[in-house]
Amino acid sequence: MSFTEKANAFWAYANPRKFLATTERVLPFVWVLAGACLATGLIWGFFFTPDDYRQGATVKIIYLHVPSALMAINAWMMMLATSLVWLVRRHHVSALAARAAAPIGAVMTLIALITGAIWGQPMWGTWWEWDPRLTSFLILFLFYLGYIALWEAIEDPDTAADLTSVLCLVGSVFALLSRYAVNFWNQGLHQGASLSLDKEEHVADVFYLPLLVCIAGFVLLFIALVLYRTGTEIRVRRIRALMARERVAT
Amino acid sequence: MMPDLGKYGDTVLSAYGASVMLLVVLVALSVWRGRKVRAEMAQIEERMKRNG
Repeated sequence: MSFTEKANAFWAYANPRKFLATTERVLPFVWVLAGACLATGLIWGFFFTPDDYRQGATVKIIYLHVPSALMAINAWMMMLATSLVWLVRRHHVSALAARAAAPIGAVMTLIALITGAIWGQPMWGTWWEWDPRLTSFLILFLFYLGYIALWEAIEDPDTAADLTSVLCLVGSVFALLSRYAVNFWNQGLHQGASLSLDKEEHVADVFYLPLLVCIAGFVLLFIALVLYRTGTEIRVRRIRALMARERVAT
Repeated sequence: MMPDLGKYGDTVLSAYGASVMLLVVLVALSVWRGRKVRAEMAQIEERMKRNG
């Protein structure tokens, strides 16, 4: 299959019927895999890993904090990609996928903020600090809320998709800032990245392996939820179209 | 077989409790809304089929 044919095959999923038919088949496997990875990773991390010599048992919070923080940023990046597809190619499924992903990203950001605050209290002696990474994460959370509110506030779905796509482009600055804040601001309290390709930098293997399983679980849960919720948004759109047709007929 | 969390028991358990609760609420609300919308769509399609 040539590249053009492959690209055309991909765009076939912009057809709502094709998207729904495919996700119906794929979703049960993704749900099961997500549940299995989450259960394995969290049970492994919580019950079968040792305490850290400095952080004690609070190190177990890493299995929730790091995956949720990763997904908070990557959910926005996924929304950015689908928003760009909407703006350029006007595929409704992509705009609806961005809409479907926003509440998931907001919850992931909230989990990262809450677990960070709970961990920070005994380790840093404070629930909150106006540190670059913490602050950019809070702003990212507010962007998520604004994005969701904007979708709800505008009645015409195409106008809502246009405006939320622009908001998504602006918010991407803070999503990237959340990711890289620890690299270019060193005056903050937040430590460097827990995961790195540099073996010297990332956490010890005993914590790293269950953490990877938890990350896989969060990624799969995100995929399952986005596919499921996008299907719901497609059906809501179809309901609107059917009701409009009914009104015209009567 | 609960691991010994020492003096950080409350800290760790509250982080897990809050996170798991938020994830469960997110999944439950998504599934609940999905089912509701699916049922509504089936009802409208059925009505339209009946009315021609």
